[in-house]
Amino acid sequence: MTEAQRYTASEILAILSARQLRDGQVVFAGIGVPLLAATLAQRTRCPALTILFEGGVIGAFVEPGKLPPSTNDQRCTKRANMVLGSADVLLLLQRGYVDVGFMGGAQIDQYGNLNSSFIGDPASPKTRLPGTGGGNDISSLTTMLVSMKHEKRRFVEKVDFITSPGFIRGGTTRKDAGLLSGGMWRVITELAVFGFDERTRRMKVLALNPGVTREEVQDNTGFNLDFDEKMHVTSPPTDHELETLRVLDPERLFIA
Amino acid sequence: MPDTLVEPYARLRDNMAQRDRSLREKVVSLEEAGRFVQDGMKVGVGGSTMSRTPMAMIWELIRQRRKDLSISRCIVSTDGDLVFGSGIANHVVTSWFAQGILWGLSKVMRHHVESGNKRFEEWSHMAVGMRFRAGGMGVPFLPIRAMMGSDIVGQRPEAKQIDCPFTGEKILLVPALNPDVALIHVQRCDPYGNAQIDGLQFMDIDLALAANSVILTTERIVSNDQIRRSPDQTKIPFFCVDAVVEVPYGSAPHECYGLYEPMMRHMEAYVAQVNGDPVKGMQEYLDRYFYSPKSWTEYLSLIGMEELLEATKKGRSIYND
Repeated sequence: MTEAQRYTASEILAILSARQLRDGQVVFAGIGVPLLAATLAQRTRCPALTILFEGGVIGAFVEPGKLPPSTNDQRCTKRANMVLGSADVLLLLQRGYVDVGFMGGAQIDQYGNLNSSFIGDPASPKTRLPGTGGGNDISSLTTMLVSMKHEKRRFVEKVDFITSPGFIRGGTTRKDAGLLSGGMWRVITELAVFGFDERTRRMKVLALNPGVTREEVQDNTGFNLDFDEKMHVTSPPTDHELETLRVLDPERLFIA
Repeated sequence: MPDTLVEPYARLRDNMAQRDRSLREKVVSLEEAGRFVQDGMKVGVGGSTMSRTPMAMIWELIRQRRKDLSISRCIVSTDGDLVFGSGIANHVVTSWFAQGILWGLSKVMRHHVESGNKRFEEWSHMAVGMRFRAGGMGVPFLPIRAMMGSDIVGQRPEAKQIDCPFTGEKILLVPALNPDVALIHVQRCDPYGNAQIDGLQFMDIDLALAANSVILTTERIVSNDQIRRSPDQTKIPFFCVDAVVEVPYGSAPHECYGLYEPMMRHMEAYVAQVNGDPVKGMQEYLDRYFYSPKSWTEYLSLIGMEELLEATKKGRSIYND
């Protein structure tokens, strides 16, 4: 079996995202791959990872095979340390208790801004998307980890609408806008791991996923990518990571 | 109806002074409770997404054919489709509007919003919370550090960015939201309206305090003595509440913590039907499940015993080790 056939795009997304988390951190996770990847990290390398959900959950410990359909469902509270109001759990971000905000994304640009509100002109949109949810709060207030599918139409030079701010227009524009903390840190796709330049705040490739070329990443990206001088190739998913992930999501709700 | 974004404090207090806040029984039928909501009102909706949605009350308002309502809720799912699709509301204030993350975009929301005949007013999730909280605190706004720098704030002239008078830092003021009426579904309350909520409370406490009236639907009415045995579990005090309706399975097909999970087969069939044709599909759904049944019980029968029991088994299992 070749390397690429051992796992799906969603599986490598979840596994490489989970690897970004450190034991003892407090992570605010969105629904889908973030919830799954945070739970995977918790069940593998990070038993002391504290997972927060915007429905109002501190210290979630989601049951294998019982993934919640949103972060506002009762399944999110299983074995949690505390439940509280949803405004109050979001305020923990503002106070600074959260180490990493972890979200999915529909459209991202070179400065890590995310759009989940409009495709086309917001005044007369081609598509009205569902909106921010807690995404804007999380990305405004903490260090961000984003997992998303890598497609040219999703990786654009400039998003149609900034729903959840990354580094806005680069440089110091995020701080200048009044966002004094946080910012984009990592973007994980099925092709590569990305970070952001310290000065320009543009997205750059930190590591290629196993079997993926520079050209493949660039060809699927709607803007010119920088490649970090220390760029490396990520080690492939281990059997243990894949097995644990598949036990967590046997119905392939989020790893289809 | 209020003609200003933020209610002047004197009017807020006048409204409060006129309410009967005495310790009195206020149990009414679903139909009677529906009459508390008048055309054009600002209606705050409790719960979030598919959880503890006051579906029975929304069902009743659709049957009574209210119109021009402005709905606010932290996160909106199929309830948003239903208030737009039935025509009872033309404005939804929320942070997120789709049917559920499993189903992608709502064709119903898209149909009504993209055509420009209904408004989806987007705020960040925390901003919605701070708007209800300011309303509940009796202050005209609260400051937040989110939304700044995004294009959401550009669409919300109602939010005002200022330089903090203490630190000079930029900060965003979000206006208080005091709905005319709040619809909240709980697991149990007494006939006075002392309400106990199990599990996730979402923004319901702030919403109850902010609203100028509250209609409580409850899975079960318990005695006041029972409430007094565990007052620490009471999340909404009786004097916030104007009407109490006992409606078992009052969130169906959404979930009610500890009692039932979402009825997923019904939800999936709903999504397929309305996304297939957001006008005709919705009309057929409303005819079958909202307008035709003689009672809430008949509506539940249409969802079906098998699905209700399955959801109940899953709902109760949250308390299993």
